[in-house]
Amino acid sequence: MSAEELNAGDPQGFINDPSHPDQPWRLPSPRHVGIISLILTESALFSIFVVAYLWYIGKSLNGPFPHEVLHLPIFASVCLIGSSFTIMGAEFALKKANHALFNIWWGITIILGTIFIVYTGLEWHELIYEKGLTISTNVFGSTFYSLVGLHASHVIVGLFLLITVLISSFRGKIHHDHHEHVEVISWYWHFVDAVWIVVLLVVYIISVHADRPIV
Amino acid sequence: MNPHASDAPIVDVELQPVRPGEEKGSFAAILQDLVFTVDHKKLGLMYFGTGLIFFVIAGLMAALMRYQLAIPNHDFLEPDVFNRFFTMHGTAMVFLVGMPMIFAFANYLIPLMIGARDMAFPRLNAFGFWIFFFSGILLYFSYIAGPGLYDAGSAPDVGWFAYSPLTLKAFSRGHSTDYWTISILLGGIGSIATSINILVTVFCLRCKGMTLGRMPLLVWLYIVVAFLVIIALPPLSACQIMLLLDRFLDAKFFDTQAGGDAVLWQHFFWIFGHPEVYILILPGFAIASEVIPVFSRKPIFGYPVMVAASVMIAFISLGVWAHHMFAVGMVSGANTFFAISTMLVAIPTGIKIFNWLGTMYGGKIRMRPPMLFCIAFLFQFLIAGLTGVMLAVAPFDWQLTDSYFVVAHFHYVLIGGLLYTIFAGVYYWYPKCTGRMLSEKLGHWHFWLFTIGFHLTFFPQHLLGFLGMPRRYYTYDAGRGWDEWNLISSIGVIIQAAGILFFVINLVRSYFKGEKAGDDPWDAWTLEWNTTSPPAEYNFEKPQVVRSRRPLWDLKHPDDPDWKYE
Repeated sequence: MSAEELNAGDPQGFINDPSHPDQPWRLPSPRHVGIISLILTESALFSIFVVAYLWYIGKSLNGPFPHEVLHLPIFASVCLIGSSFTIMGAEFALKKANHALFNIWWGITIILGTIFIVYTGLEWHELIYEKGLTISTNVFGSTFYSLVGLHASHVIVGLFLLITVLISSFRGKIHHDHHEHVEVISWYWHFVDAVWIVVLLVVYIISVHADRPIV
Repeated sequence: MNPHASDAPIVDVELQPVRPGEEKGSFAAILQDLVFTVDHKKLGLMYFGTGLIFFVIAGLMAALMRYQLAIPNHDFLEPDVFNRFFTMHGTAMVFLVGMPMIFAFANYLIPLMIGARDMAFPRLNAFGFWIFFFSGILLYFSYIAGPGLYDAGSAPDVGWFAYSPLTLKAFSRGHSTDYWTISILLGGIGSIATSINILVTVFCLRCKGMTLGRMPLLVWLYIVVAFLVIIALPPLSACQIMLLLDRFLDAKFFDTQAGGDAVLWQHFFWIFGHPEVYILILPGFAIASEVIPVFSRKPIFGYPVMVAASVMIAFISLGVWAHHMFAVGMVSGANTFFAISTMLVAIPTGIKIFNWLGTMYGGKIRMRPPMLFCIAFLFQFLIAGLTGVMLAVAPFDWQLTDSYFVVAHFHYVLIGGLLYTIFAGVYYWYPKCTGRMLSEKLGHWHFWLFTIGFHLTFFPQHLLGFLGMPRRYYTYDAGRGWDEWNLISSIGVIIQAAGILFFVINLVRSYFKGEKAGDDPWDAWTLEWNTTSPPAEYNFEKPQVVRSRRPLWDLKHPDDPDWKYE
């Protein structure tokens, strides 16, 4: 129906109604709502793996135990959490249409993410070949590799997205009006970082210091 | 310059490439159209068609199980075949019938009801459908490929909630459980994708004037359902991943010999499993909330309260899961918590039932098939809710858990509640989808046969539960007081099947011979009736504008529009 048909009989009230042609009609961006929904559903997925990890703290029947094999990954954590700030730098640069600066910040973000994932690889190599902890060793191994592995796979997906954007940017295909597209990736990246803070707390701090089941 | 912005007149371009030898309307052309389409209406109908096929298959399995149980010591089905049947029946009815049916209505109706051209992400929509479709094929393919190289196993036989450690490699040999797990994992991905699509569509694509408070209740309820899906499905995916790790990489999540915990599976499964019940029943509420006002000729009673009650149901449903696990032996604090939280659900649900009654009260009720199914739904869902509150009482549950009382309870929810509203929805929106009315006469036959058969089958199962008959037993001895009730229950199946036969005949026959429907056969009020039947690919010729919850009422009654009172 047209606005005029609806208008019949109430010109005064109609002017203030959202259906009036002069009234603004603003709706949220599909990209934003989409990525928020995705982050919600991913959070639910991660919380189950976190709960499983907490549930099994101190319930392994045989070693190695967390306090014997885990070290606090300070450098890798600083890199990953720092990359949340560098990606924000890239976003600001793109909003100001400064493409060179955008490429620099975006590139640093990729380097920081790569350092993190390389660290995880080295850590796993050490755990498997030197400390003898695999996914089938005990419940600690099962919950550790599934939780950290789920997070690492999200980092890898994030890196893939970041690199895709950088390649497009080098080919001159990222413009000022793509800032919303870039924003979506950056929100995902912030989420991956936030999950890491939880993993750090649960895996590398709580479980290393707990000497008996906490649940 | 952007070519789409030119002022050239719009030319009717044939977008479907027609290859030599492929006439339009040929089988190959139709298949191509179905595979390539991203249109929300076609995908909605494809969801419905696929769901209906799986419904008939899973229903036939149920009928064979009832035939086995009709008389004591019957040897029609072997025990292991019976195990596969109830597993496949349950899994298929929840994941391959319930889920696609609710997404069928969501896909078809939501864009039309909010005045949008399509879903927000049409290709994601098609992805969601196809991944669901192949997850269903995968589940049934287990009958052929389940033995794998082990030469053991067939279709899944671990029950639809697949309690650990029964699912571990030691107890479930062959690939049957792997097929079950991967199928459900895939189906979950499809459901989550479709739900994100629903949320984005509703929040971002509403036509001008369609504020959240003016959306049809169906759209509101689907927001709640989509939220529940994106929060409750990941726990299911997570525990399927853990099970896969256990089975393939020898992880120890549910391996009790290595410190693993079989009860954790139950927790994770029911954290999904209970919200899933509301994921399935809220779309039923959604359909009832559209049909009942139109056939009572009154606007819905207490619209904001209906929305609030739905949100409350969803919220409470996330904290009731362990009422499925009273028999496990939790601490009494947990039992008390989950008993009370479960009973709390009755409050918003009761509010909804009273609001539907309030809508009907004083209305000019038209007893057409959609309304008949909705009225039956009200009575049956009331019974389902009452037995639900009974089962929430932990000591009562200890007595009747895993008995036929539970079977009767959830079949009253899912058939008496969900399936009846799906029937109502089909009779109500079939004219919109096809342009033709379903036959009233066949509709009445369908309704009465199915209702009689349904109660005949499932009401005695309450009594069988009281008499101590456990679920999932493939046979029983004579003389325990179960013989007559089982026979009556099985006879009911024949009558239900006859009802379904009338329904399917009606669907097919009316497509060719049904009375022409016109755009708005029910004199309804929501936007989907403001376009042609069936709607064109672009849905609406003009952008829609709304000013109240019943835009078509405003249009038909400019002298007394709704917005004066909202």
